[in-house]
Amino acid sequence: MTTQWQPGSSLSALRQRSRVFAELRQFFQQRQVMEVDVPLMSSATVTDHNIESIQARGAELAGYLQSSPEYFMKRLLAAGSGDIFSLGKAFRDGESGRRHNPEFTLLEWYRCDWNEHQLMDEVAELITALMPDIAVRRVSYADVFYQQLQVDPHLGELQVLRSLAVANASSSWADETRANCLDLLFSVVVEPKLDAGLVLVYDYPACQSALAERAEDSQGRLVSRRFEAFLNRVELANGYFELTDAVEQAARFAEDQLLRKDGGKPEVAADQRLLAAIEAGIPRCAGVALGVDRLLMQMVAAESLDQVMPFSWSRC
Amino acid sequence: MASYSTNEFRSGMKVMLDGDPCNILENEFVKPGKGQAFNRVKLRNLKTARVLEKTFKSGESLEAADVIDTDMQYLYTDGDFWYFMEPDSFEQHQANEKAVGDALIWLSEQDMCVVTLYNGAPLSVTPPNHVELEIVETDPGLRGDTAQGGSKPAKLVTGAVVKVPLFLDQGEIVRVDTRTGEYQGRVSAK
Repeated sequence: MTTQWQPGSSLSALRQRSRVFAELRQFFQQRQVMEVDVPLMSSATVTDHNIESIQARGAELAGYLQSSPEYFMKRLLAAGSGDIFSLGKAFRDGESGRRHNPEFTLLEWYRCDWNEHQLMDEVAELITALMPDIAVRRVSYADVFYQQLQVDPHLGELQVLRSLAVANASSSWADETRANCLDLLFSVVVEPKLDAGLVLVYDYPACQSALAERAEDSQGRLVSRRFEAFLNRVELANGYFELTDAVEQAARFAEDQLLRKDGGKPEVAADQRLLAAIEAGIPRCAGVALGVDRLLMQMVAAESLDQVMPFSWSRC
Repeated sequence: MASYSTNEFRSGMKVMLDGDPCNILENEFVKPGKGQAFNRVKLRNLKTARVLEKTFKSGESLEAADVIDTDMQYLYTDGDFWYFMEPDSFEQHQANEKAVGDALIWLSEQDMCVVTLYNGAPLSVTPPNHVELEIVETDPGLRGDTAQGGSKPAKLVTGAVVKVPLFLDQGEIVRVDTRTGEYQGRVSAK
């Protein structure tokens, strides 16, 4: 049993953290975006087959610590909240490492009647407000992927993606799904070659839509209206032009549940309250979630999350 | 043989990869926000000494390699093999030139070394971090020149050549760091 009690973060990084929290709140207050503090614990959780929630158990209650405020925020949107943001904790099981901690701080916000490109502008404005000299670049997933791998991520054959994955990772990728091969290649090959500064990558592959609308891109390829922000080659934020069709949403939940079953992962029931809210109607909107700890890592040039969090999991 | 899952990987762990024993150097957990988790792992192939970078799906496992580091005393060489002994059991092991590798130029009889055994046979030999060896060949010492910073090559009794200060002479014993090949100091005057 270790008795190491000290924080991982320096006091100057903690002061920076405190300032950033205040600046983030100010940024949204000035833009008339309302802060909401939604529950961290719920009886339901995400079905996403790549996200494991942490179960919360008391003598009487059983639920989950929330992996993001998304579902509660969408229910508020359906209730007519208008533009909202949340700055709070999120939890994910099994995620621990230099850039991961099972408990982390997430900034999530929704803009009604905006599309994902308008929201990307706002992400750039937010980051520029905190890091004034930052370079900002915008590129489509297909373009940046093709530049490094000379394959079209949307139309390229699965077999080609698999051989590239095997060559760049290990033989265990020989039978992987399209989504997993693309994720691997993007992380291992493309990400390290992204420009420094803020890079906004949009039009993600349709197989990685999660809760984003799908649409055709300028060349007629089916893509998801999803974007990600990378700050100095580190994944920082993930945004969508939000799916607002209840039938399609229920179908994606069912698809998640099949994937969970195939992967031998615990069963998770679809959140019926969220489905009911989408059925009742949420406004057309764009939403994005941004990892605040990772942002701080870049702002203070830290090597790991442990250096910008008071206490990362290894110290708790 | 046991196996290790990616979340158990630690540096120093010995695993089998494509039929060869490897030493894990680094293990980094990577997970795209909405994607599958994986581990980027740096390993050294213990047969070829090459460093590899592989990416595994999180939760995958690799078989443990039957590799153990054992402290042994170096006994002698017959030219073909180098003989080492476990001090507790007196059990002897013979290592070939490939296993001895770069350790060759540092070995003197009775030194304690780390011999890495793979399936019971020597795979590699790590000499002590510091050795004390006699200079057998060098230019004559320049006595008046101790304040000057220069250095000169000196051949040691085991065959290694290291840079030593100008004032040292043949027959003197020097202390050397085998990891860097750097002279550390004079052990005794002639």
